[in-house]
Amino acid sequence: MLKYTLKRLLYSAIILLFVMFLIYSLMYNMPGGFIEQKAYELASKPNATKSATEWLTELKAQYGMDKGVVPGYFTWLKSAVVGDWGDSWAWTLPVTEQFSNTVWYSFILSFISFVFEILIAIPLGIAAAKKQYSFTDYFTTVVSMICISMPTFFIATVLKYVFSVKLGWFDLTGMQGRDYAELSQFGQFLDVAKHFVLPSITIVIISIGGLMRYTRTNMLEVLNADYIRTARAKGVPEKKVINQHAFRNTLIPLVTTLGGSLPGLFSGALITETLFAIRGIGYASYTSMTQADVPFTMFYLAFISILTLLGNLISDLLYAAVDPRVRLG
Amino acid sequence: MDEIKNTTATENDEYLVEVNNLVKWFPIKAGFFKHTVGNVRAVDGISFKIKRGTTMGLVGESGCGKSTTGRTLLRLQGKTSGEVTFDGIDIFSLSKEELRKIRPRIQIIFQDPYSSLSPRLPVGEIIGEAVREHNIVPSSEYDEYITRVMEVCGLPAYYKSRYPHEFSGGQRQRICIARALALSPEFIVCDEPVSALDVSIQAQIINLLRDLQKQFGLTYLFISHDLSVVEHISDTVGVMYLGDMVEFSETEKIYSDPLHPYTKALFSAIPIPDPDYQMNRIILEGSIPSPANPPSGCKFHTRCSECMETCKYVTPKYREVRPGHFCACHLYNSEEENREYAGQLDELKAKAEAEAATNAKKLKSASKEKAMKSLND
Repeated sequence: MLKYTLKRLLYSAIILLFVMFLIYSLMYNMPGGFIEQKAYELASKPNATKSATEWLTELKAQYGMDKGVVPGYFTWLKSAVVGDWGDSWAWTLPVTEQFSNTVWYSFILSFISFVFEILIAIPLGIAAAKKQYSFTDYFTTVVSMICISMPTFFIATVLKYVFSVKLGWFDLTGMQGRDYAELSQFGQFLDVAKHFVLPSITIVIISIGGLMRYTRTNMLEVLNADYIRTARAKGVPEKKVINQHAFRNTLIPLVTTLGGSLPGLFSGALITETLFAIRGIGYASYTSMTQADVPFTMFYLAFISILTLLGNLISDLLYAAVDPRVRLG
Repeated sequence: MDEIKNTTATENDEYLVEVNNLVKWFPIKAGFFKHTVGNVRAVDGISFKIKRGTTMGLVGESGCGKSTTGRTLLRLQGKTSGEVTFDGIDIFSLSKEELRKIRPRIQIIFQDPYSSLSPRLPVGEIIGEAVREHNIVPSSEYDEYITRVMEVCGLPAYYKSRYPHEFSGGQRQRICIARALALSPEFIVCDEPVSALDVSIQAQIINLLRDLQKQFGLTYLFISHDLSVVEHISDTVGVMYLGDMVEFSETEKIYSDPLHPYTKALFSAIPIPDPDYQMNRIILEGSIPSPANPPSGCKFHTRCSECMETCKYVTPKYREVRPGHFCACHLYNSEEENREYAGQLDELKAKAEAEAATNAKKLKSASKEKAMKSLND
């Protein structure tokens, strides 16, 4: 097990190097990037002394983008390995600071939604599978299809209209109320929590459909297996048949998908965050990418890549934990 | 529960299991509102009795309803009509909880030892789970009991903590048998327990089943398509064709003197391990008709070598042709019956033809709809 884990970690490191190189070369060659824009901006100032081309060469040298793709990548890699990720061009802040300023909002938002998604979708999927072709089954299927098909902005808008405009329970956007500064610490916590309600609901609605269908399909497959009939034939109570024999065997594919959604917890929900004006990592990464902010984008994508690789590794390890047939090595 | 106890008072009753006109149809659904367009007549009204401590073999081609009979007998699925009585208890009149309570007394061994064991449970748990659930033995003796059951079935005790995937097919089938046996059943349905195994292993399992029967006085319903195996293990044999029981008798009688043309054809296919022996195989023409649209009259008439005009339109009665030998075939009609059927023939002919036509039409449109649907999917 240990040997397997170490081997997988080594492979992951190699994959990561190549992935980061790919991303770096894309960012490096992106036309109309941050440096170009900056150069034109400086050259078009009223008292500009240098032409845009001159500015461009100078800025490129300043930002260390004049060395070509391969040397540039290794310069970035060298400092990144020792933990120096540089400063963000767009925010003129250390990359890690900008990251930690934003990521926790996204993480909390995603984590809450993730927990509710599991708590709602899995029992619904099981209920639907238990009574295949019943009213419950059709009802959940229709609802989940609606959830999957609706665009995020539509659901967010409907929620806002009902709960903010009509009922006035929540603020339309933002992370804090107007009187945030005057509240006690606990009050501030509650205030932020309240602002996270609608975004969380939005994310839960768009994501439960898929997980529910997935649980249902897997559960159906297991429920039709011979060993479930064996369990019934030997007189195991129906509850135990469903919850232990069947659900345990459904866990295998479920764990793999859930393990795979680990990076999703940190990558942020771009659309939802934008709609509710939450300064999370989804919004930050989007802005940095459109502005070709190389250090921040590199850091963010390195982070996501590491999480994805770790997520895969973890789900493989979990796979071995829930399925005795899988022996890693 | 009281009711069950009362009815078990008739223990000296000769027959442990009685099946009376059991019918199991699977509806074919079609269309948007899933209306029933027809039925797959898996089991179409069969009756038999099994004496205590004996084995009844149930044979027939694939898809003739053998396994369905076994499963319906245990109420692992609902019935369409008919009656199943186990030790005086009407299985289908029990509530869910009552049914669960008598489960230990009626067990089943499935055909496929690979899929019928949960991959997530260790062997000890597979065998022991229901033992604890039903309090078969006091918890202080539990461990010892499981070890003993495993030993009886030829499984060493250290297998307990292993998982099913670590075993071969024969060992898995032993686990299945141990699992069933651990509940100290009276009646075991063996649903093709050896057909997934190698021939050498088959013999081991069959002998194990026989030894257990002697030791514990078990009653078996042995479902198989292997006629040699059935001859070896059974006391009585029932032959099924398309959901009907066509012949039933003691093993010796039926093997030495089969009455029904189908049984004759079936038994002529038993290989004899003698190179000089000239086999007189009766080859059945055509394939087995669809149980969703079975032929009119005698269901076997489309493939029967001795088919008469009557066979095509009149369903033969299942009755005792010779003492202890039941058969459903017009060859054994009395003169009187033959005359009676001949009189009705024209009328029945028209009726049957009309029915077959509408049935076929319904099924055809249903399958068309299905095909359309699968295209859309």
